Amino acid sequence: MDQSDSVGQQSPMKKPLSVFLNFLVLSAAIALVGCGARAPKEQVIKIGAIVELTGDMPAVGASSRNAAELAVAALNRAGGITIAGKQYRVELVTEDNGAKPDQSAAVANKLITQDEVIAIVGPNASLGAIPAAEIAEANRTLLITPWSTNPKTTMNTANGAPKQYVFRACFTDPFEGRVLAGFITGQLGAKRAAVLYDVASEAPKSQAELFRQTFEKLGGSVVAFETYTTGDRDFSAQLTKIQSAKPDVIFLPAYYNDVGLIAQQARRQGITQTLIGSDAWSSPELVKMSQGSVEGSYFANHYATDIATPTAREFIAAYQQKYGKTPDDVAALTYDAMGLLFQALKTAAAPERQAVRDAMAAIAGYPGVTGDIRFTPGSGDPVKSAVIMQVKSGQFAWVTNAVP
Amino acid sequence: MTQPGVYWLQQILNALQLGSIYALIALGYSMVYGILTMINFAHGDVFMVGAFICFLAATLLKLPFVLTLLITMTASAGLGVLIERLAYKPLRNAPRVSAIITALGVGLFLENLTLAFYPYPQHVPPLLHNVTWQLGGVALSSLQLIVISLSLTLMLVLDYVVRRTPVGVAMRAISWDKTSVPLMGVPVNLIISITFAIGAGLAGAAGTMYSLAYPVIDPYMGIMVGWKAFIAAVVGGIGTIRGAVIGAFILGGVEIMVVALLPSTYRDLVVFSLLLTLIVIRPHGILGSPRVQKV
Repeated sequence: MDQSDSVGQQSPMKKPLSVFLNFLVLSAAIALVGCGARAPKEQVIKIGAIVELTGDMPAVGASSRNAAELAVAALNRAGGITIAGKQYRVELVTEDNGAKPDQSAAVANKLITQDEVIAIVGPNASLGAIPAAEIAEANRTLLITPWSTNPKTTMNTANGAPKQYVFRACFTDPFEGRVLAGFITGQLGAKRAAVLYDVASEAPKSQAELFRQTFEKLGGSVVAFETYTTGDRDFSAQLTKIQSAKPDVIFLPAYYNDVGLIAQQARRQGITQTLIGSDAWSSPELVKMSQGSVEGSYFANHYATDIATPTAREFIAAYQQKYGKTPDDVAALTYDAMGLLFQALKTAAAPERQAVRDAMAAIAGYPGVTGDIRFTPGSGDPVKSAVIMQVKSGQFAWVTNAVP
Repeated sequence: MTQPGVYWLQQILNALQLGSIYALIALGYSMVYGILTMINFAHGDVFMVGAFICFLAATLLKLPFVLTLLITMTASAGLGVLIERLAYKPLRNAPRVSAIITALGVGLFLENLTLAFYPYPQHVPPLLHNVTWQLGGVALSSLQLIVISLSLTLMLVLDYVVRRTPVGVAMRAISWDKTSVPLMGVPVNLIISITFAIGAGLAGAAGTMYSLAYPVIDPYMGIMVGWKAFIAAVVGGIGTIRGAVIGAFILGGVEIMVVALLPSTYRDLVVFSLLLTLIVIRPHGILGSPRVQKV
């Protein structure tokens, strides 16, 4: 009896330690917050950011972090955010996911349970966004991915229904596939396409498969459908195979590091066909490392700096002033994801996870840097337009718009 | 481009390029095994460090190709000798397992040391201006030509050194009988150091050519390439120099042909299955001969 009494009052052996540790962490956090905030009444709300700082695509993570920090700094300068009549300062907790699925799930868990963030922005690449989205959904925490285009990110894979807590700021792979297939058969008048993609990476794989479906539906034929695996450096056998199939264009839905290698090897092998890319191409790093081999290629993108709206121009100027370079699409989308989250926070009934998620689900439209973002009720996928870009003398130049 | 002959000629050229790089690395595995009956698992990472030395020489010092190659080979050779002196020599009379574990440890050390300085993949600038010639439909790039011919030259030089020079005779003698050779006045330690220097120097050359052909390098690039070169050495008959070269070209050829004939996803599966089968049929490799273990 004695024992059960003590269990009722206190946790068993292990618990006191963790309670004590929690107390330590909490008091440390309170002390830190106390130091940071000048006004004694100001309270802090934490937002998590998961970005690809190390691993295969550090340029993606750096852009995303820059844009998120820019958005938070601007908001705090303007006095923070008002939720349900109370003023809060926003704090960004940034975590690196190493561009890996397992690490993404781990840091999502950490942000939710340890840092107790109100919502998460990121990861950007689908291979990390899909596992992180699963964690967010299971923990009933809002997650907005800026750049993940894979359908699985916002879909409940068990029953195909949309996830309740996961949203994105970008268009999806099926739409991108349609846009590119339409552009190739329409504007370029090409009928034969070859595809080379990384079979071990989520976004490239789904983009390649959806492209094949839509391209063939539009009357084109995919004459070569070749794969490689993450980390491969030699593509000569695949490229020789593609060359002998005599395509009009070659579709490479790959991240910029791979594209640079593939394009150089293709040109060295005497392949002169136009290369077509996905939105994963858009890093300025691509031009630097491909040594001119992607000149003249086309790719789908989320926004174009040369047709920027006034909202976008403001963002581009602020970003350039702070970081000294033009923001790429990941930066723009992260800025929009942060904007969406701020709007949800402003309209939330209370500074709680569920209320913020409900406010996010109620947003019908948002005028973003990457164009108008509209949501259909019950879905985390926005309806928004894409742009087709061309690499012209080492710069990304706007070619055309594609509206859904 | 239409004739199948042209297509296969192109694929053979691709296989030769890949095989050359595997061969240069496989030689290091084979030479060290031949002389010490030890598998130097850090060798793939020496190749990786070679690629990074080449990257540094090309970006920081902005040296031309020939100088970059020489510096990379010399520095890698030095690294090989250093590893042998510091990590393997104290264990020469210890059980073989200890030496292998040490080699794995050295490999991990090199990977993480590089990772501390370069956590991101790095782009190696083009060291040579590339020209592509069209020979009756087959595309031959100057880069391919350099990789293949340079590798073949290095292999021929090595073959000459091992067969015709006093150092080579000493190497073969130590490999034959480690106990009585020192009694004949052969400086065993020096010869072992020279073996490591040659092996690591060739890995450095491979690192340079790899970063010419595939100019994205990262601290983990040596693992898979190293494994494949090791397998090439075993298939050819580990401990024999010509065997390592034959094994490497077989491996490169099979890799390219699998992708040419089957969906490219099957490449590593088919390659490794084929090699396992070959090992079952010829356990000592193509040129290797069963050694009688002295008790």
